[in-house]
Amino acid sequence: MSRPLGTQVPRTPLRRILLYAFCTLVFIYLMLPSLIVIPISFGEATYLELPPESFSLRWYQDYFGRQEWVSATITSGVVGVLVAMVSVSLGSLAAYGLVRGRFPGKTVLNALIISPIIVPMIITAVAIYKLYSDLGFLGTIPGFVLGHTIIAFPFVIIIVSATLRGIDESLEQAAMSLGASRLTALRRVVFPMMLPGMVTAAVFAFLISFDELLIALFISTPTLSTLPKRLWEGIRIEINPTIAAVSTILVLLTVLVLAGLLISRVYFERRQQR
Amino acid sequence: MAQPKVLASVSERANYWKLFLVRFREQSYFFILTLPAIVLLVFLFLYPLVSFFTRSLFDPSWTTEHYVQAVTGAAWGKIFLNTFEISLFTTLAVLFLGYPLAYLLATISNRRVRNLLLPLVVIPFWTSVLVRSYAWIGVLGRKGLLNVALTDLGLISSPLALLYNRPGVYIGMIHFLLPFMIFAIFAVMRGIPQTLLQAAEGLGASPLRSFLRVYFPLSLPGVGAGCLLVFILALGFFIIPALLGGPKEVMLSMIIQQQISEALNWGFAAALSVILLILTLGLYLIYNRFMSFERLYGGEKR
Repeated sequence: MSRPLGTQVPRTPLRRILLYAFCTLVFIYLMLPSLIVIPISFGEATYLELPPESFSLRWYQDYFGRQEWVSATITSGVVGVLVAMVSVSLGSLAAYGLVRGRFPGKTVLNALIISPIIVPMIITAVAIYKLYSDLGFLGTIPGFVLGHTIIAFPFVIIIVSATLRGIDESLEQAAMSLGASRLTALRRVVFPMMLPGMVTAAVFAFLISFDELLIALFISTPTLSTLPKRLWEGIRIEINPTIAAVSTILVLLTVLVLAGLLISRVYFERRQQR
Repeated sequence: MAQPKVLASVSERANYWKLFLVRFREQSYFFILTLPAIVLLVFLFLYPLVSFFTRSLFDPSWTTEHYVQAVTGAAWGKIFLNTFEISLFTTLAVLFLGYPLAYLLATISNRRVRNLLLPLVVIPFWTSVLVRSYAWIGVLGRKGLLNVALTDLGLISSPLALLYNRPGVYIGMIHFLLPFMIFAIFAVMRGIPQTLLQAAEGLGASPLRSFLRVYFPLSLPGVGAGCLLVFILALGFFIIPALLGGPKEVMLSMIIQQQISEALNWGFAAALSVILLILTLGLYLIYNRFMSFERLYGGEKR
C-alpha cells in the first residue's frame, strides 16, 4: 500500500516510511478476519484448515441445504428490510421536525432518540425481552422489527438530520412564498434533496438489523430465529466450515452493499451538480 | 420566524398574539412529526428499561439486597475489576494502533489513495461481529493460521495459547473498536490545517517538534473523544469475550445475561445493569463535552 504513496512525494523521509510500515500492519490486522473466512469456506476438511488442501463447495451445499440456515437467513432478510422501511419513514419525519422545528423540549427529545446508542446493548436487550415476554411477543416478526427499529433509530435520525441541515431552509420558504403548500414544498423540494440521506440511512438500518445479536439472543424461539442467532449457536456448538461459508456470503454482501451505497452517492452528487 | 423584541403599543401586542398563534400552530406541526418515533421509543425502550430497573429495588418487595450483594460480593468485585481492566487495556491499545492510522488518513495529500485506504477501515467496521469472532477462532486456535505459520517459520516450537484466554479477548476487542477510534481522531485531524505544520517548520521547528507542539495538541479532542467512546463500548461488551474468552474473561454484561437466562435472578441482573448504566452515562457526560455523537457517526456538517 505504501508504494503508490512513496512515488507521490519525491523523497519520503524515514519517519514517513516507518508510519507506512506500521499502518500496513494495522491494515492487515483490520482486514484479516474479513478475508480469512473465504479460503476456509472452500476447504474440504471438517475442521478449520488453513490453507485448505483441496477445493470444495460442500459447506455452501450444507448451508443452502439445511432448513435452519435458510429460514434464519430469510427471517433476517425480511426483518432487515422492514426495519429499514419503518425506521427510515418514522425517523425521517422525526428528523424533519427536530431540525426545522423550534419548539421547547427539543433537547430532551434529541437525548431520548440518541439514548439507544448510549445504553449498553445487553441492558436494552434484557428490557425488551422482559416487555415481550409479558406481551407474548417473543419469536414474532413484528417483535424483531420493532426491537431492531429502536436500535436503528439513532443512526437513521443522525444521518437524515445531517442531510437536512445541509439543505437551505430558504429553498422551502421560497417554494411556499411562490404559492406551494408546505406539503407540496416538502414533496417537490425537500424530499428529492433528502433522498440520498434516506437511502444511506436505510442501508445502515438494514445492516444494523441484519447483524443484531443481543436482542435476537433473548427474543428468538426455536421456531423463529435470525441468522446472527444461528451463527452464535453454530460458533458455540459446532465449529465447522458451514459458518465460514455463511461468513463469506455475509462479507461479500457487506462489501456489495457498501459499494452500492458509494455508487448511489456519487450518482446523487452528479445529478445535483447538473 | 424572528421574534419581535420590544412590544411598544397595544396594537403591536395584538399582532404579537396573532404571530404567537401562527407560530404555535407551525411548531406543533413540527412536534407532531416527531411523535411516531417518540411514542415508539417511550413504549419499547424507556418504559421497559424503567420497569426492568425497578426490579433491582422491588424483587419481590422493597429491598436493597441486590445492590449490597453486587457491591460487597467478592466474586462480583472481581468481575467489575476484570471489566474495568479489559476495557482500559483495550482502549490504550486501540489508541496506540489507531492514532498513526488516523494520522496517515488525514495527512495523505492524494485523495484517490485515501479513497482506496478508507474501505480498509470501513469494511471491517461493517463486517458482522460474529463473522469476525469466528475468523479469529480460525486464526488464533492451536491449529490456527497464526500458530501454523509461526511453527512453519520455526519461530515457535509449541503452539501459543491465544484463544479462550485474555490475549484472544484483546485481539478480538481491539479489532472491533479500532475503527471507532480511527473515525473519532480522523474527524478532528481533518480539520487541522496542514499549513500550521509548514508554518512551524518554516519558523525553524524540527518535524518532530512541530508535530509534538502543534499537531498533537490540536488532535487531542479527537483522542479524548475516541478513548471515552471506546471505553464506554468496551464496558458493555458481550459477544467477543463470550466467544473468544475463557472463564477468567467474564465481563459485566455476560453476568447480566447469565443471571437472567440461567439463574433467573432478575433483581440482581437489574442491579448490575443499573450500575453499568450509571458508569456508562457518567462517562458519556464527559464525552459530550468533547464531541457530539452526531459528529462521530457522520452527522457532521460538510
